[in-house]
Amino acid sequence: MSRILKFRVSTMLLGVLFAAAFTLTTAFSPSAQAKPIKVGFSMALTGALAGGGKQALEAMKIWRDDINSKGGMIGRQVELVYYDDQTNPKNVPGIYAKLLDVDKVDFIVSGYGTNLIAPAMPVAIDRDVVFMGLFGMNNNKKWKYDKYFQILPAGPDPAVGFSYNWFEALKTFKPKTIALLSADAEFARNLKEGAVKNAKNMGLKIVYNENYPPKTADFTPIVRAVNAKKPDVFYIASYPNGSAGLVRALAEVGTKAKAVGGGMVGLQFSGLMAGLGPNLNGILNYDFYVPEPTMALYPGATELIAKYQNKVKTEGLKTDALGYYLVPWAYAYLDVLGQAVNAVGKIDHEAIAKYIHATEFTSVVGKIKFTPLGEWSETRTIVVQYQNIKNNDLQQFARPGTRKIMYPLDIKTGTPQTYNSLR
Amino acid sequence: MLMRYRFEIGCVVALLACFLITQVELNRFYYFAGFAILQYVLISTAWNILGGYGGYINFGTAGFLGLGTYVAIAMIQFYGAGIIEQIIVAGALAGLLGLGIGYITLRLKGVYFAIATLAIAIVLETFVNNWDYVGGAAGVSILPPRTPELLGITIVDRKGGGIFYNNKEFLFFLMGALAIMSVWIARTVEFGKLGRGLNAIKDNEEAAECMGVPTLKLKLIATVISGSLMGVAGAVFPSYLTFVDPPTAFNLEFAVNSLAMPMIGGTFTWIGPVVGSILLGTVQQVAIVTISSEINLLIIGLLLVIFVTIAPHGIVGWFMKKNK
Amino acid sequence: MEFLELLINALIAGILLGGFFAALSIGLSICFGLLDAVNIAHPTLIVGAAFCTFLLNDLLGIDPIVAGLILTPVFFLLGMGIYSLYYQFFERQSAEALRGLAFFFGLLFIAEVVMIMIFGVDHRLVNAPYIGESFTAIVTGMTFSIPYRLLAAFVIAGLMTLGISYYLNSSYFGRATSAVHQDMMALSLMGADPVMIKRIAFALGLATCGLAGALMIIVIPIEPAVGRFFIGNVFAIVVLGGLGSIPGTLVGALILGIAESLVSTFFGPSWAPAVSFGILLGVLAFKPTGLFGTGDTR
Repeated sequence: MSRILKFRVSTMLLGVLFAAAFTLTTAFSPSAQAKPIKVGFSMALTGALAGGGKQALEAMKIWRDDINSKGGMIGRQVELVYYDDQTNPKNVPGIYAKLLDVDKVDFIVSGYGTNLIAPAMPVAIDRDVVFMGLFGMNNNKKWKYDKYFQILPAGPDPAVGFSYNWFEALKTFKPKTIALLSADAEFARNLKEGAVKNAKNMGLKIVYNENYPPKTADFTPIVRAVNAKKPDVFYIASYPNGSAGLVRALAEVGTKAKAVGGGMVGLQFSGLMAGLGPNLNGILNYDFYVPEPTMALYPGATELIAKYQNKVKTEGLKTDALGYYLVPWAYAYLDVLGQAVNAVGKIDHEAIAKYIHATEFTSVVGKIKFTPLGEWSETRTIVVQYQNIKNNDLQQFARPGTRKIMYPLDIKTGTPQTYNSLR
Repeated sequence: MLMRYRFEIGCVVALLACFLITQVELNRFYYFAGFAILQYVLISTAWNILGGYGGYINFGTAGFLGLGTYVAIAMIQFYGAGIIEQIIVAGALAGLLGLGIGYITLRLKGVYFAIATLAIAIVLETFVNNWDYVGGAAGVSILPPRTPELLGITIVDRKGGGIFYNNKEFLFFLMGALAIMSVWIARTVEFGKLGRGLNAIKDNEEAAECMGVPTLKLKLIATVISGSLMGVAGAVFPSYLTFVDPPTAFNLEFAVNSLAMPMIGGTFTWIGPVVGSILLGTVQQVAIVTISSEINLLIIGLLLVIFVTIAPHGIVGWFMKKNK
Repeated sequence: MEFLELLINALIAGILLGGFFAALSIGLSICFGLLDAVNIAHPTLIVGAAFCTFLLNDLLGIDPIVAGLILTPVFFLLGMGIYSLYYQFFERQSAEALRGLAFFFGLLFIAEVVMIMIFGVDHRLVNAPYIGESFTAIVTGMTFSIPYRLLAAFVIAGLMTLGISYYLNSSYFGRATSAVHQDMMALSLMGADPVMIKRIAFALGLATCGLAGALMIIVIPIEPAVGRFFIGNVFAIVVLGGLGSIPGTLVGALILGIAESLVSTFFGPSWAPAVSFGILLGVLAFKPTGLFGTGDTR
């Protein structure tokens, strides 16, 4: 084949491709400004965080239906516009640019998790719009953006605040030494850094401080290495795979540490709770919402969760069957935005951000007040201890008694016991 | 005369087009999507220099890219290096990495090289996970400078003093320029002695060696060029994302796309990876923002299977056969 | 004394973990090592089997290992189907392994999405009396504990290796399979149909996914994307052991398992991947055929 032909073919191809690309992208842009208020976001519907993402999305749909049945935001119906970010931060900037510039959404809120919030920050700042975050840790520390607010209840310094209550709760054991372990992943490493600060403040001696790769399959060597250091307490910041692996390894190898757990993500998910069953007994871990009688400080949460569980059942959804972990929070971060917009009465991002800063909100996660950096003004993580788990029935976790609240003291339903005494 | 330099003219025109696009203030989405697609033009062109011409599969694209990314981050952390310095150093180090792996495994069958590159990506990711200076496993956030300068000229200034209004537009143009450069390099390699030698290696390595082709040397040169271009693609990443953690920088997606895109376009000529990455890249970008579920992953999977089965020599090969 | 206890426990754990790795890699050792099919979707197909195991366990209460046995013929048939496709479009046209790789990548994504649509994205575990329990022995004051779930993985992987090695070495089909790898020409002269032999061998490779999937969900919690975690490991093991050598794969798996366990115990788990893959790079540099590889490296 001649070179000229080759060239002609290639130029032709390129032209066709660009034309196709252009029509494809423009064809999907809406032609006219629609009437409803649009709230846009990216959400992890596939990939590592999809379990949380799908749960959050259903809660957000419930919020949309709720607010629309009450007349919507400033009299207009609310519509959600969302795309799957595949748990890949790389997709996030494009999605938010599309939401703001092509879909012309009125508000943006974040996807689930710190590293999926981070790439959207510059886009939000660039457009100077209010940006609500779902479970981000210290996303605004460097940017110091005045229109960012996030819903993880971990206080003004989230890394420290997240484990603060756990350390308060284990004071009953009068520990002297501590072992710390975290997953080699963003959220877990930040949690552990905070835990190290709390441990030092308490005067604990750190005898073990390591990280494990997220792909670890067998955790028994790690548990043995920790046991060899004979720590009084063992703080773990792990992701779902590791949480399950560690709970089993602890059950198999055993440990003399009095308190084990702290920042184990995933033990709040239905699939893992039911799967691990009695192996969970004794674990002392963080949580945000459990079905204990004293959780009444979250007005409307019980009804919301019942609504969610019913939705999962009737629509046959393949999301978390109980929904305790994320549902109230994914609902609340939209609820705060909705309340603020309705109070301001118009779509004015400057005024809405000012209002959110100045106001104490009441939502399904209780009272919320934000710091200037958009974090919670106080920490509200709760510390629970797993106990009385007899089998692998999921419904036992929907009743009080399996995850008793150890801290904060005003809502506690039990006192921490040593890991081994509950086994 | 003009016909003779038509490729070079084409490059200049493409570069000008990239620049003009940044000046007309499109929807910002197009700059983001365009950046992602152009980055893949660069990556798949780089991959194809060794994989397409020489037939040696690099499975560790993510390793080279991640190295570039983290070299850039380390330089920013160390002394706030400018983007051009980051690109140069990242390219040089990624090229060195290519030389090292190539020296160990290029004497062997291609499959060993593929597995070695995969291994090196995992080793590098582990090192980065444990290197707290660049954020470690916790990741690091990089704030782009307010008014970046290059050789004393303000590049971005929102008040209108710079060449570009916005950092994203600058990065889009920069990625466009790098992609065009890589295509130019790939074409030069293809029509030069190196390309002919690599082709001979791909056809029959033993025969090529008997004919006096310095196979190891040629393969090493190709690996260095290919690796360093991937490092360059990685170096721009931190400025684009503003937050990087190891799973993002060493994502499997890079390995998949860097081999799928040339395959879909056609691996035997420079235009193949360009066509493949524009096509698959565009489909990916469009799918992400139009289909809000796992179906977009399914589409990518089906596209891969369908393309490699019905168009064995890629789209370019398919078109050429029709024109014969 | 304490050190010795830790060391022996780490070695035991490493051997058991190696068994688990071997179960994941043995099928790939046939597909990739003997047949040159770069089946990158292998770990993801194992996850598919693990989800099926979950279903059988959850709905019918079947023991996971029994479920794995039930799934084995199913995956054998699946392997026949996949190989037919692969042969039709790639091997018959003697296409480069490269295009086959893209095909298997596509398969990986499709399999993941199918799993998401059928099973959802939540983590899944199974239950059996031997999960979460361990065998404990106290010898001269030292305590050794062996988790039953890892012991199961080790025993089954060992049996699988023995069975497949025996099959390849002693049956007609088996010897023919090895011949396909070494000398296609001789095989045709023998009057055997190489395509049929390859199809059966590939299907055998995929059939191991049934049991491997059962072991996977016994050892770790699964979700649709978890297969990606093991791509690096399984390929490293097959190459480390030597392409085409089934016992080599077992040895390679044991080496990586022991290395990971020792590093986790004594140096900090975070470095384990670097050590494992560093070993692989070292072997490639000094003995490129892998530990038990015999074929030429060029």
